[in-house]
Amino acid sequence: MSVLEGKELRIVGFLCNWCSYGGADTAGVGRFSQPTDLRIVRVPCSGRINPLFIMKALLSGADGVLVSGCHPRDCHYAEGNYYARRRLEVLKGLLPTLGIDPRRFEYTWVSASEGQRWQHVVDTFTQQVHTLGPAKRLPDAPELAALAARLEPLRN
Amino acid sequence: MGMQKELQAAIKAILPEVDCVIGWGSGPDPLHGAPLFMRSEDDANRFASGFFAVNNPALFLPEYKGKKVAVVVKGCDARSVGQLLSEGLIKREEVSLIGFPCQGVVDHDKVAAALGEKGEMGEVTAVLEEGDALVLTLRGETVRLNKADVTAEKCMRCQYPNAHIADTFVGEKREPVATADDFADLAVFEAMSLEERQAFWEKEMSRCIRCYACRNACPLCVCRDHCVATSRDPSWLTQADSVKDKLFFQVIHATHLAGRCTGCGECQRACPVGIPVLLLKRSLARSVEKLFAYRAGIDEGTPPLLTFTLEEPTIKERSW
Repeated sequence: MSVLEGKELRIVGFLCNWCSYGGADTAGVGRFSQPTDLRIVRVPCSGRINPLFIMKALLSGADGVLVSGCHPRDCHYAEGNYYARRRLEVLKGLLPTLGIDPRRFEYTWVSASEGQRWQHVVDTFTQQVHTLGPAKRLPDAPELAALAARLEPLRN
Repeated sequence: MGMQKELQAAIKAILPEVDCVIGWGSGPDPLHGAPLFMRSEDDANRFASGFFAVNNPALFLPEYKGKKVAVVVKGCDARSVGQLLSEGLIKREEVSLIGFPCQGVVDHDKVAAALGEKGEMGEVTAVLEEGDALVLTLRGETVRLNKADVTAEKCMRCQYPNAHIADTFVGEKREPVATADDFADLAVFEAMSLEERQAFWEKEMSRCIRCYACRNACPLCVCRDHCVATSRDPSWLTQADSVKDKLFFQVIHATHLAGRCTGCGECQRACPVGIPVLLLKRSLARSVEKLFAYRAGIDEGTPPLLTFTLEEPTIKERSW
């Protein structure tokens, strides 16, 4: 059990391999201090990101989701991030209808050289999610919840 | 019913040229119509349009790809056909459309609510249309209902009562009910706070029995047996009876229809437990209309999520 239990929220990051993942790496190599809430999933391109990835994360209990890709005009695959921009913007509009605060999801563009900018993005987004607090979880299926309760004593 | 006779004549005229004409016939009881597949003049005589012709016949078109069919369409059905065409899911030369001025269709949930204590919909033995009223006979009594009170919501905001694409148009075009979609239904929903909305979905989705009728009734859900919701690999959904999985299915359905849904409302009509699933699609349709000035099924060109522009003036990106 981590010392940060309770202080840390769960933020899922989907980062494109060519720019933002490199940017996060640059930030690491540069030893820029960053909040530790973010867990990164590396994807080939922001165009690879199915909006359902984000929804699955949010509905499964993530407190925030951050997507980051190459700047427009800089996509490794020429146009993946253009498609992503449209999809992600439309998805953001759906969140309030589902009762999810749209500030729990952001998408941004960070290049591989922008270590400093990556630090700023992570800082700002983590702060934003912390202001909102932990997301309300949807209940599990009744049978599963009952089973989990029965198994709870065995866990220790 | 002059309109009905005229439509039957149009159907009979086109029968020799096509494999089948899809329209509506009488259903299991006087309150319900049902899809009708007409291959002969006898079949055409059973054709019935009007207040109970609720089904969207565009649903069947992708299955008939490769064959020539004709289809009788309401305005909203024509929008679905338009969207299927613009996505290349059906071919224009294989489909012949018969349009007519739609006067609106029934919402059975409203009829059931209006009947209330007076009886069940299944007990209705006869229905007569008298101008603006419906006269139902059940339990030996007559019940008068105001048509406007039992008309589907989508008809109350209908901008396209006349099929906007039609090879044959029967009758005089009628004035649309509304000139623009104000998304007033969403405004009502959005009067709730985010927490209330989440609680709303939690409550509504807890009734869901995962019958997937919403998906099967959707004319634009064309994946059929390859739906990601029922695939094991990748496993998007578990089989657990949880609100999370049920709501996630609706999210799959809605996001796969983003920029494609024409708002025909078949998903919501098909729902056996009355979950307002159209709300999610309406929300996406509003975003798409606002961002890309695109109305699915009406506007020509590539659907907005299948294309892009270098600069997106309507998308305000994060400054950080």
